[in-house]
Amino acid sequence: MQLPDAEELVAELARRMRPKLGPGTALVGILTGGAWIAEKLNAAFGGTLPIGTLDVSFYRDDFEEIGLHKEVKPSSIGFDVAGRDIVLVDDVLYTGRTVRGAMNELFDYGRPASIRLAVLVDRGGRELPVAADFVGASLAVPENTNLHLERAADGKLILSLHPHNA
Amino acid sequence: MPNPQLNSNGELTHLLSIEGLSRDILLHILDTAKSFAGVTEREVKKLPLLRGKLVFNLFFEPSTRTRTTFEIAAKRLSADVLNLNIAASSQTKGETLLDTIDNLAAMHADLFVVRHAQSGAPYLIARHLAPHMHVINAGDGRHAHPTQGLLDMYTIRHYKQDFTRLTVAIVGDVLHSRVARSLIHALTTMGTPEVRVIGPQTLLPTHVEKMGVRVFHDMEEGLKGVDVVMMLRLQNERMRGALLPSAQEFFKTYGLTAEKLALARPDAIVMHPGPMNRGVEIDSSVADGPHSVILPQVTFGIAVRMAVMSIVAGN
Repeated sequence: MQLPDAEELVAELARRMRPKLGPGTALVGILTGGAWIAEKLNAAFGGTLPIGTLDVSFYRDDFEEIGLHKEVKPSSIGFDVAGRDIVLVDDVLYTGRTVRGAMNELFDYGRPASIRLAVLVDRGGRELPVAADFVGASLAVPENTNLHLERAADGKLILSLHPHNA
Repeated sequence: MPNPQLNSNGELTHLLSIEGLSRDILLHILDTAKSFAGVTEREVKKLPLLRGKLVFNLFFEPSTRTRTTFEIAAKRLSADVLNLNIAASSQTKGETLLDTIDNLAAMHADLFVVRHAQSGAPYLIARHLAPHMHVINAGDGRHAHPTQGLLDMYTIRHYKQDFTRLTVAIVGDVLHSRVARSLIHALTTMGTPEVRVIGPQTLLPTHVEKMGVRVFHDMEEGLKGVDVVMMLRLQNERMRGALLPSAQEFFKTYGLTAEKLALARPDAIVMHPGPMNRGVEIDSSVADGPHSVILPQVTFGIAVRMAVMSIVAGN
């Protein structure tokens, strides 16, 4: 299937978000893809927003089945979460389980005033009652396929499809 | 013989000894610990990884620091923790070790943290348990103290970054020290080019050089140019027979003073696994001085024990 250009989707996402950002809004990117997108969004907004990253490995609900993820990266939230409007940023919204983990982790930093969700691609297939506030594009991706965001050496973001078990 | 610490996928399911663990597994533990270190700066200093799990701290030998940091680590991971001081419990009434374990397993234990005076006791327990239960060795006899070795590695990495350019000196009672053994295995696995042991012949294991270390009996000679000085405690309670003339005599020859430390590199760090005997193996001016990282070691111990618990519990 034909995949959209990830850089154009980031630009589209920025256009949709810009009118809805308040003075104290902060971006929090979910590692790794969401963090790349959050950086690019922030650049599009003039680099003025507080920005942080989350690794949700310690909050995943499949720990019992698959154990601890290798290459866990430290989460880094350098601003006070309490009372703040936060936009969580992720690359692909699928089951909604990552977003649940990310919200749990955010609350361990403090009680935000609000959390909204921005994703580059919504591929459907939700298993939890989670919806995005800002979407770059909605795509129907076959169930047995991973939709993956990669970053090239020059910093360009690229979407790709990988069949399971390949 | 398969490594009893690993499951059929080669993943760490018990931590019994650093001996036999690959560089990848050691790195996974150190990296994971680094991710946990930031949790202490948050509003809620807890993670849900071991929520609903039951952890037994089984201490057949007294310990304050190790037991407490294991307890804090388990609580930070949201586990329920029970501390059992077995020295004062049913074993004195004649119950065998494995009967004690079976009883605790019947209470739905998930993880055992075990300290025992008998080398190999944690292995015995690990072999005995059903596969969904895990054992972490918190010190067995003279054999191993792997989480101490790992927190020493974490400390060295924190201050010196790269293991492959370091000279590390381990000083004192190596013979009775399970800490020294664990650290030597970890350093060699991570590619540290020079590990030295410094001590009198009577306090070094025979054939210690077979572990890949350089042996020094002269402390001044051994400290020259080292990046890391690891002081060991003179194990009074483990001493049998007259291995040493006196504690004062030991301090004169193998105690770390500011004068001796001046022979090491100017940015050298001084470590000690605790508890310290001030004036026996280390002078107070060094223990409290600018090179000392003895208290940070204790803090890092929490993150390292969180990493080990969450890795074994997930495998």
